[in-house]
Amino acid sequence: MFNNLSDKLESAFKNLKGEARITDLNIATTVKEIRRALLDADVNYKIAKEFTDKVKDKALGEKVINSINPGQLMVKIVKDELAELMGGTEATFSLAGNPTVILIAGLQGSGKTTFSGKLALYLKSKKNKSPLLVAADVYRPAAIDQLHVLGSQIGVDVYSDRESKDPVAIAEAAIKEARAKNKNVVIIDTAGRLAVDEVMMTEVKNIKETVNPQEILFVVDSMTGQDAVNTAKAFNDRLDFTGVVLTKLDGDTRGGAALTIKYTVDKPIKFASSGEKMDTLDVFYPERMAQRILGMGDITSLVEKA
Amino acid sequence: EKTKENFFSKVTKAVAGRSKVDDEVLDDLEDALIMSDVGVDTTLEIIKRIEKRAEKDKYVTTNDLNNLLKSEIEDMLVDAFDQTYKTFSLPADKKPYVILVVGVNGVGKTTTIGKLAYNYKRMGNNVLLGAADTFRAAAVDQLTIWSERVDVPIVKQDMGSDPASVAYDTVLSAVSRKSDVVIIDTAGRLHNKVHLMDELNKIKRVIQKVIPDAPHDVLLVLDGSTGQNALEQAKQFSSVTDVSSLAITKLDGTAKGGVVLAIAHQMMIPVKFIGVGERMEDLLIFDKHEFVDSLFKQTS
Ligand SMILES: Nc1nc2c(ncn2[C@@H]2O[C@H](COP(=O)(O)OP(=O)(O)OP(=O)(O)O)[C@@H](O)[C@H]2O)c(=O)[nH]1
Ligand SMILES: Nc1nc2c(ncn2[C@@H]2O[C@H](COP(=O)(O)OP(=O)(O)OP(=O)(O)O)[C@@H](O)[C@H]2O)c(=O)[nH]1
Ligand SMILES: [Mg+2]
Ligand SMILES: [Mg+2]
Repeated sequence: MFNNLSDKLESAFKNLKGEARITDLNIATTVKEIRRALLDADVNYKIAKEFTDKVKDKALGEKVINSINPGQLMVKIVKDELAELMGGTEATFSLAGNPTVILIAGLQGSGKTTFSGKLALYLKSKKNKSPLLVAADVYRPAAIDQLHVLGSQIGVDVYSDRESKDPVAIAEAAIKEARAKNKNVVIIDTAGRLAVDEVMMTEVKNIKETVNPQEILFVVDSMTGQDAVNTAKAFNDRLDFTGVVLTKLDGDTRGGAALTIKYTVDKPIKFASSGEKMDTLDVFYPERMAQRILGMGDITSLVEKA
Repeated sequence: EKTKENFFSKVTKAVAGRSKVDDEVLDDLEDALIMSDVGVDTTLEIIKRIEKRAEKDKYVTTNDLNNLLKSEIEDMLVDAFDQTYKTFSLPADKKPYVILVVGVNGVGKTTTIGKLAYNYKRMGNNVLLGAADTFRAAAVDQLTIWSERVDVPIVKQDMGSDPASVAYDTVLSAVSRKSDVVIIDTAGRLHNKVHLMDELNKIKRVIQKVIPDAPHDVLLVLDGSTGQNALEQAKQFSSVTDVSSLAITKLDGTAKGGVVLAIAHQMMIPVKFIGVGERMEDLLIFDKHEFVDSLFKQTS
């Protein structure tokens, strides 16, 4: 299934030989194949439709020049559009403020706590920062222990208060602690929550309003399906997050949720998490993600042939 | 039943109030199924079946159409051979009954185990938990808290120890304690990691040294918000552990979990449980009639 979109496109265009231009009619199969590939990758079905319409508009009227295979031409258009959509403006990461406050939020089990650890290690080892991790998940069994274990693995202090059931107060106290201990970055790990959980969504909003973070990162499991659109919207409406973190990219998911989210909230994807170990954090490559979503490992070489 | 009601409400909307299967109905149906993560292949399969049926039984009223769609989808969901789980009772000839819980990272394995333990205990069974996730930070602590919450014993070793050895200890201990049911937690692992999948195989083999026909149930936990990748998860986990049932978690959100249709249909694995929250009470028995019924509840 993975590598044959380009084959399918090529064969869809075989019957186009001899035609002078790409038209609505002769492009129909190709557009369908592309849409299918996006759906298989879990891109939201409405977005998949809009995207293929856009691609179609771009291709319509293009001359079918003898030397260039129209299938390849189409592949190039798709790939470029997708990469542009995924990337857009260069993602920056703010380390302003003293301390810099970074709030981590997302659904249950998406990888927030693990990412918090990874980010702390990254800032410590690559950016020469002195981070403090904050355990603001007071609900999940052993969530505080989990963060402490990660903190000790990477040699980063963890602030927690096992007596408190108030994440807002914990976050506030942690920032005081950071100042007292000369920590210049505070990473707040919060509990997983569903977008429809009013009480929990209000809680994370309250944390935000109390600590005024420089960065609010929305952590998403890259295996997420069609629901990504609802979740991303709901979290963005409440938090106006500054960036997205895609996790579990070491799996074999095509990761269409990335496109869905980018399209829906237009926030940059700032990190890619690809493993359980603390050093498996990557910057995000829009181009690679575009190819992955299309399931076209060979797309670059194909276009180069053109 | 809030979750189930909105499960496929979109499908209902697609066909409600229509009196014949025309292209527009089918297009709407297609969108609704795709939107619920059913996936393109299975959606096309359903549509093909509907078209065939509609051709055969010429005059289709709205009511007929709903019933038709309902029965076609229901047919895609297989039943479990052994139905004891529905009342959290256990087959008499398998004691201790061993449940091995597997799945990718963060889907809700440990939480589901806590909920299962609660329910089996509530129905008068002696439950034993095995903490064979010795890898993820504080995984043993997490399951320990669940065991305290539900008040059932747990077998564990230090973090980093061999998960197969924990599983072995657990089953051995279950035999000597005369436990009715043993539930073994495993570390989350992505199905494309060969060495981690081999480890599951080893866990299984070691359990069989104590109880040759165990594990009696290999429960694959799927996150209800996962898209098409769940299908690959089901395939890969099945190939190493013969997955015998499914649990779908996090259906208290807006995700629909439709990919389960594809899995149940293609792989003939029954869905046993659904998770609808983080508390121990938040586990429901999956009921396909109810599931499909809720699909066709008329939305006014
Ligand atoms: N393979 C892989 N596993 C990951 C990755 N990120 C996180 N995990 C695993 O996913 C599971 C869930 O991660 P957590 O960090 O506990 O997720 P969380 O969002 O904090 O979960 P809650 O606090 O319960 O909402 C754990 O088993 C992690 O080891 C990743 O990039 N790749
Ligand atoms: N809303 C909701 N949350 C759930 C449900 N089931 C589990 N969770 C949450 O999902 C997160 C992950 O659950 P775990 O039980 O730790 O998942 P796991 O599969 O054991 O994770 P790893 O062992 O790290 O692979 C936790 O925050 C749970 O509270 C559910 O049915 N609904
Ligand atoms: Mg966490
Ligand atoms: Mg677990």
